[in-house]
Amino acid sequence: MPPLTSLKALAIATPLAVGVGFALVFFFAPLDADQGFIQKIFYLHVPLAICALAGFVIAGVHAIRHLRSGDPVHDLRAYVSIHVSVIFGLAVLVTGAIWAKASWGKWWVWEEPTLVSFLIVFLLYCTYYPLRYAIDDRDRQSRYASVFAITAGAFVPLNFAAVRLSESLVHPRVLATAEGGMPPRMWLTFWICLAGIALLWVTLVRFEIAAKSASAKLARLRRALAGGAPVRPASRVAPLPSAGTGQAPEVA
Amino acid sequence: MRAFRTILAKDLRVELRTFESVPAMALFAVTAFVLFRFGLDREALEGSLAAGVLLVTVLFAAILAINRVFVAEREQGGFDAIRLAPVDGSALYAAKATALVVYLTALELVAVPAFALLFIDSWAGLAPLVPVLLLVNVGLAATGTLVSAIAVNSRARDLLAPLILLPLLVPVMIAAAGAAEQLLAAGGPSYEGLGRWVALLALYDVIFLLVGYAVYDFLLED
Repeated sequence: MPPLTSLKALAIATPLAVGVGFALVFFFAPLDADQGFIQKIFYLHVPLAICALAGFVIAGVHAIRHLRSGDPVHDLRAYVSIHVSVIFGLAVLVTGAIWAKASWGKWWVWEEPTLVSFLIVFLLYCTYYPLRYAIDDRDRQSRYASVFAITAGAFVPLNFAAVRLSESLVHPRVLATAEGGMPPRMWLTFWICLAGIALLWVTLVRFEIAAKSASAKLARLRRALAGGAPVRPASRVAPLPSAGTGQAPEVA
Repeated sequence: MRAFRTILAKDLRVELRTFESVPAMALFAVTAFVLFRFGLDREALEGSLAAGVLLVTVLFAAILAINRVFVAEREQGGFDAIRLAPVDGSALYAAKATALVVYLTALELVAVPAFALLFIDSWAGLAPLVPVLLLVNVGLAATGTLVSAIAVNSRARDLLAPLILLPLLVPVMIAAAGAAEQLLAAGGPSYEGLGRWVALLALYDVIFLLVGYAVYDFLLED
């Protein structure tokens, strides 16, 4: 369980970092010579994508640890990581579509392999929810969800390789060209934005874990007060964080 | 090894006696070809269109079999027997995946000739298509067996398997369609750059066989 003091520090640091990052985007980073103002969406779109993908990988690592140890805490972390990353993923697709519309005139560009790979990965991770909620037994639900998270984690790099291969590579690669000649002021802004978005990801994950732990604890207390009558609904609820055995927690 | 052989032999014998999966898949594939004939309004296909029609049909037909891999085990208590035996998860995975490869190969023995008869003018590209299709079968079986085991124990099992499978199979589709497009091209098959597609298919097969082997035990224990 994350200590609440660190959560408070994170909650202060995140808006600060994101605020500084965006201030730099608008007042410090130079205008792109080719794309002009719209290029500034790069500072939001790319960090979101990096954090979402990193979140999927982190979820896979938590899932491996869950299967090895059987500790439901790791399952909760994998679940929340995927949850926040899917939300970030939706934002990536929206900002990507806006960027495509502004610079190529179309809302969706099939020649952009990174965006297409991202869509496929996003669609795959969207099936995590129906999978979870279609299994009633809580222990089995968390085990199967972990198997899914590991399989999907192995799928992410393979999918990127496959989609990249399917392109003839005639399309200009935005980040690749940017990496070649991006001026240091753009780089600095990009790194601060990336740090801000990464902090945002961590904070959201921590918040959700804290909230779920608190509501689980509340449910346990209520049950104890009500004399041990079960109050937990059958499914539709995230995994219990601290039950230790994966069984329903004993009444104190 | 003995458990693997026993389960595989049991599955194949059940299929031979009931004819539950393969004939339905073959019928589905031929009907789908007829639908494509009118959907695309084409009487002959070549290149990317031929590759897409053939592979999408095989993929959807495969989902019919994948949905059924564990239905009998679940409905008739096979899972309990396997767990009591006790059979290693990886042996069960290997047996079920091999059975699926056999079903898919049997399906293609019907579907590919039918496809060639209905749509293809020059048959030169069909022989080199065989190893590509075999690699596709292994890939479909590797992920299909894994997803089927996840889905069969859930409430929405017929819905869940295709939902999870389709995005997982996109790399197979990319690589197989890339290879088949070249082999079924209008001016005869071309082999330039074919190696990367075959390598990608093989890589996919190896990765998902390994993942399945590693995690299958966790899908069995209860």
